[in-house]
Amino acid sequence: MKPLIQRYSDSDRINHWIVAIAFVLAGLSGLAMFHPAFFSLTGLFGGGAWTRTLHPYIGIVMFTAFVSMAKRFWKHNVMVPVDYEWLKLLPDVLTNREDRLPKIGKYNAGQKLLFWMLVVALPTLFVTGLIFWRAWFAEYFPIPVIRLAALLHAVAAATLITGILVHIYAAIWIKWTVGAMIRGSVTHKWAKAHHPLWYREVTGQPATPPGQE
Amino acid sequence: MSSLQSLDIKRRSATTLPSTQARETLEVAKLIDVSKCIGCKACQVACSEWNDIRGDIGTNVGVYDNPADLGPKTWTVMRYSEVEEKKGEEMAFEWLIRKDGCMHCAEPGCLKACPSPGAILQYSNGIVDFIEENCIGCGYCVAGCPFNVPRISKQDSKAYKCTLCSDRVAVGLEPACVKTCPTGAITFGSKEDMIDHAAERVVDLKERGYANAGLYNPAGVGGTHVMYVLKHADKPEIYHGLPKDPQISATVGLWKGVMKPLAMLAMGLTALTGFFHYVKVGPNDAEAHPDEPEDGNGPHVIRSSGPGQMEGKGNVNPGEQA
Repeated sequence: MKPLIQRYSDSDRINHWIVAIAFVLAGLSGLAMFHPAFFSLTGLFGGGAWTRTLHPYIGIVMFTAFVSMAKRFWKHNVMVPVDYEWLKLLPDVLTNREDRLPKIGKYNAGQKLLFWMLVVALPTLFVTGLIFWRAWFAEYFPIPVIRLAALLHAVAAATLITGILVHIYAAIWIKWTVGAMIRGSVTHKWAKAHHPLWYREVTGQPATPPGQE
Repeated sequence: MSSLQSLDIKRRSATTLPSTQARETLEVAKLIDVSKCIGCKACQVACSEWNDIRGDIGTNVGVYDNPADLGPKTWTVMRYSEVEEKKGEEMAFEWLIRKDGCMHCAEPGCLKACPSPGAILQYSNGIVDFIEENCIGCGYCVAGCPFNVPRISKQDSKAYKCTLCSDRVAVGLEPACVKTCPTGAITFGSKEDMIDHAAERVVDLKERGYANAGLYNPAGVGGTHVMYVLKHADKPEIYHGLPKDPQISATVGLWKGVMKPLAMLAMGLTALTGFFHYVKVGPNDAEAHPDEPEDGNGPHVIRSSGPGQMEGKGNVNPGEQA
């Protein structure tokens, strides 16, 4: 049995899960205040007033942890030409015909686009959230600005939640991916199949033997 | 304060189904005739007395407005504006005094924006009331209001505003400010009667040279249950910024209208699509790949097999393997 390949360091994983837990809590409390259908979620946080009180602080934890995470993963998520080819072959991606795809590095174009969506959404949520945070800052902003902030906050949040639903599903769909973020390591097969260029980079071995390129 | 029966609740914040419709009560209104107001502030005092709230002592800001603004413990204030306006042919100095407070809109922006079920109610008589025990203190009502009326208390993070003395009205009394007004500038009754009464006053004012006198009952918010008779109804802004055409802001409309179903749809469809994708396509499992020897020294044939290799179940459509 080959040794596993390290994909995420301990601190990468802890960082990711702080963001993830804060996301779940901020998401549930935010949805509770967004649509009456979700208002009963306030029960999870000790009622409506507690939900309103806690939500912004959870958001700050999420944003701060995300800044640290974005710094860690930034350079691996820069789009390269092969990513656009990969995106064109999305039907093959979605039907598990991974053999038809171009070789990619540590992240595929879908993961990268999710990353950049987060890079836009999180700061938007942070800044707009501060503007209509009644306990601290809302009184310093004119009402039209508060209205715009609330609208943008909702748009950014809905985009973020939708994107993260895709992220969570992808982790369930591509087996052993959750394990990579929980224990930090992946198997050789996993790395070769899903991230061949990254596999070559970390092991020095080609993902495909000569002659089969 | 909720002092009317649930039968009289016409609309309820953050509630998607209709409220009780069986009983219809008389629509009421308060008419403030600005031309009769002498700025004595008796209405402010009456409001404070009846509701038993005392605004914090502030500082003199150099004008008559005192307190300088509405607050969680100040639900009505007199606003003073010094203007020069045309009277007949010549310009005349005028001291305009307007009693400010909640307008009790037929289409309340606060109620539309409120995320907490039952924290804001509209009664069938037209009164819009904040139910503080259901208020979560988010301040969305402040963003929703076209008149900048609700105030959030720093003490308890609850929203406050004029109740139109819903407790008094419920037992057949007029609001405290109406009861106390020494010049009859504030009257109260059915909305219909108040509109008729205003029409008489407007005729009178026009005879006295105020050609633009009129009733302020803005259609943009469906009309209001607090209305003004203004000498210069063509320019309500000169009355300390009374909006000319108030309506629920388009931004609030997007946020509380379009965004809610759109976001729900996007999130719901995404989750469902994921589930059915799994049902149809199944997992992508590199480990179930049958063709790599465990020692890793054998040939790497990841790309050599056909579609469905990741499933490892052998249920591949032969037609796709070519």
